[in-house]
Amino acid sequence: MTRPEVQSLSIGTVLFALAACLPFLSDAYLLSIGVTIAMYTVLATSWALFSGPTHYISLATAAFFGLGAYTTALGIEHLPYWLLLPIAGVLGAVLAALVGLATLRLSGVYFVIFTLGLAELVRQIITWGQNMSGTKGLYVLTAITEEHIYWQLTALAALVFLTGWLIARSRLGFAVRILGDDEEVARHVGIHTARVKVLLFMVPGAVAAITGAMLAPRYVYIEPAIAFTPMLSFQVVIMALLGGTGRLWGPIVGVIPFTFLWEAISGTFPNQTTLLLGLAFLAIVYLLPNGFTGLLEAARSRLKGAPA
Amino acid sequence: MTPVLSLRGATKRFGGLVAVDDLDFDVAEHDVVGLIGPNGSGKSTTLNLISGALQPTAGSIALNGSEIAGLPAQDIARRGIARTFQLVRPLASMTVLENVKAGAVFGHRRRWGRDAEAQAMRMLEKVGLSRRAQAPMGSLTYIDSKRVELARTLAGEPKVLLLDEWLAGLNPTELEQGIALIRSLRDEGRTIIIVEHVMDAIRSLCGRCVVMSSGAKIAEGTTEAVLSDPEVIRAYLGTDDA
Amino acid sequence: MDILFTGLLLGGTYALIALGLNLQYGMARVINLANGETLVAGGFGAYWFFTAQQVPPLLTVFLVAPLAFALNWLIYVVVLRPLVKRAKSRGRIEVDMILTTFGLSFVAVGLMLALFGGDYFSYSYLARPITLIGETYALNRVTAFLGAALLCVALWLWLYHSRTGMSVRAISVSPESAGLVGIDVPRLAALAFALGGAITAMGGALVSMFLTLDASTGVIFTLKALIIVIMGGVGDIRGTIVAALLLGVLETFVATVIDPGLTLASAYLLFILILLLRPQGLFGRSRT
Repeated sequence: MTRPEVQSLSIGTVLFALAACLPFLSDAYLLSIGVTIAMYTVLATSWALFSGPTHYISLATAAFFGLGAYTTALGIEHLPYWLLLPIAGVLGAVLAALVGLATLRLSGVYFVIFTLGLAELVRQIITWGQNMSGTKGLYVLTAITEEHIYWQLTALAALVFLTGWLIARSRLGFAVRILGDDEEVARHVGIHTARVKVLLFMVPGAVAAITGAMLAPRYVYIEPAIAFTPMLSFQVVIMALLGGTGRLWGPIVGVIPFTFLWEAISGTFPNQTTLLLGLAFLAIVYLLPNGFTGLLEAARSRLKGAPA
Repeated sequence: MTPVLSLRGATKRFGGLVAVDDLDFDVAEHDVVGLIGPNGSGKSTTLNLISGALQPTAGSIALNGSEIAGLPAQDIARRGIARTFQLVRPLASMTVLENVKAGAVFGHRRRWGRDAEAQAMRMLEKVGLSRRAQAPMGSLTYIDSKRVELARTLAGEPKVLLLDEWLAGLNPTELEQGIALIRSLRDEGRTIIIVEHVMDAIRSLCGRCVVMSSGAKIAEGTTEAVLSDPEVIRAYLGTDDA
Repeated sequence: MDILFTGLLLGGTYALIALGLNLQYGMARVINLANGETLVAGGFGAYWFFTAQQVPPLLTVFLVAPLAFALNWLIYVVVLRPLVKRAKSRGRIEVDMILTTFGLSFVAVGLMLALFGGDYFSYSYLARPITLIGETYALNRVTAFLGAALLCVALWLWLYHSRTGMSVRAISVSPESAGLVGIDVPRLAALAFALGGAITAMGGALVSMFLTLDASTGVIFTLKALIIVIMGGVGDIRGTIVAALLLGVLETFVATVIDPGLTLASAYLLFILILLLRPQGLFGRSRT
């Protein structure tokens, strides 16, 4: 490992250790905001691992999340909770692989369209399955507290960062940078582009499903309309792009301010959240095409370039 | 001796248009073959068929006796055919060294880590750009980005190199340097197919030529013989009796 | 038999909506993810004119069309064209267009929620049975189908038998060469986009005669229209119509025989088949 690598690794460890102390403040409101931020950090960071370099906009987060939540809801009666998390991860990865195999050979437009309806599709199928079996919602009754959920999410966030860091150092990470620049060149230097994309897409698929599985106990009662909220997919896209996908820590820079903004708007004007989402999308395209981190980098390189 | 690369009846149709028509030719090891012909005669399409950018409609293309026609580009690259592009395609977000490393990591002979970096450095030295290794790709001149692309194709140690108008767009000085560079590759004993309009380059680099016109092969042989063939001259200059 | 006819009636209106999108995507080269909101707005228009002003929806169709045309033209010129101009690569345009039209779609939903609230809206117009070849159908569905079919024919005549229509088709095949033969590509792209919006809004007014809409249903229509356009082939009028009828029939079949809650699943079934077997569309030639 080089020195900057050791440096960023130790900074990361310290920050995560600090973040893990939040529940000791024992402030219920802070903790609930903390859970939300941790959740979106996990989702947006893993989203950017795939969508950042490939430029394939994935709107499937809600589908994976709902799948995970349902894994907990259906499995909690039969299996220990700790076993359900990896199962959700595997299910999410498998769903991602199937979606990827169907669409990732083709242009980005097909992928966006497919993932756009995916949450609604899974929701319809689960609703239908419940109608057939005569069940409505499911109760998830556990002893898991808000603190536990927060710690789990923080640990998962650390895992996501570690995964991202390892991928960046691997052949897979190099391959995806090449294909993000020019897919034609990638193929001609010998990269199996479709395989790389499918493999990488399985990461956010698994992570979002695990996140859903972790949050199910918070909802207590799970029904399709709760587990599959399409808004979730869009919020994740906005937060990740707002922060910037050029750096591993980029999305978190978008997650924190947008979470507070969202809380404020949905608290005072609950009917205007949709409008907020729309304006955020437009702001990203017209004002912040490279996100906050892009602004920072531009400012830094201007400072560097300026005569001392 | 079996040829390294051999095309038999290679054909590509786009709807009603036959871009490459029943093409046969062989390339022996250490051969530098020029693929020439007037604009629109199907040279670049032929390269695209060999590299897997396009799938042939019919016919066979064999590399060391094994069929590669219709394989996806990445599989052909791994088996040992590397190419440059007619319009240079740099990986814009990366450094010069990373551009070349791409070929070393994923090409025919695959390397990783320090090994790949060292190989990329060697290739940059070969094309004369080792001092710019850490420069961002966007800061290079046109000929330098062409050099990087050449180094990228060399980095995977391919069995066959395809150069698609690699000399196009260079000024006279650059052209001289470019020809010298390709000559040095020839002298290393590499197997190369060159698609080129610059006839001086063809004369000084290629031992043999294949001439195409309207998608079909109209002549094949030593460069000298082919270039003095009346039918070839007619194909280039057009017929007067129209 | 009943399913087939009901499905075709539904498919006819889908065809009109998808043609609107295809004009925008195939001809103007904008993947408009706010297309469904244009449709819902058209439906709102029909609802409001009918309940507040007693204007029959068939007439409203001609009132919403110019409004939607003007609005979409404005969106294209003010919001979308600058993106094309500033973009460095085709891929960047695509991503920007996707994000921008998503933004527009959310803004539209937000505005409609603010103006009309989040309730479903429906009205009763021509809601009486009519008997055709021994089976009964709702008269409003039949009327909507006839209206859609007429508009489809008119659009087809315009595209294939008028000079402007021909030019619009030319820019869909190749904007570069169209420019070379003296076609004003930017103006026609704006025209195609605006016309696409107008057609979608007319489709919305027709659909509102027999479907219940609300401010946030737009995305489902966008999705179905996109699937139809991809299935039929981007820029392909005939393919779009066939694909729309196919989806209408399949959806009606699934809704009647299996479960009305699975209509999107049936659209996805078609979508997956197309992606795996014929990504270039039903009648498309494979692009190389």
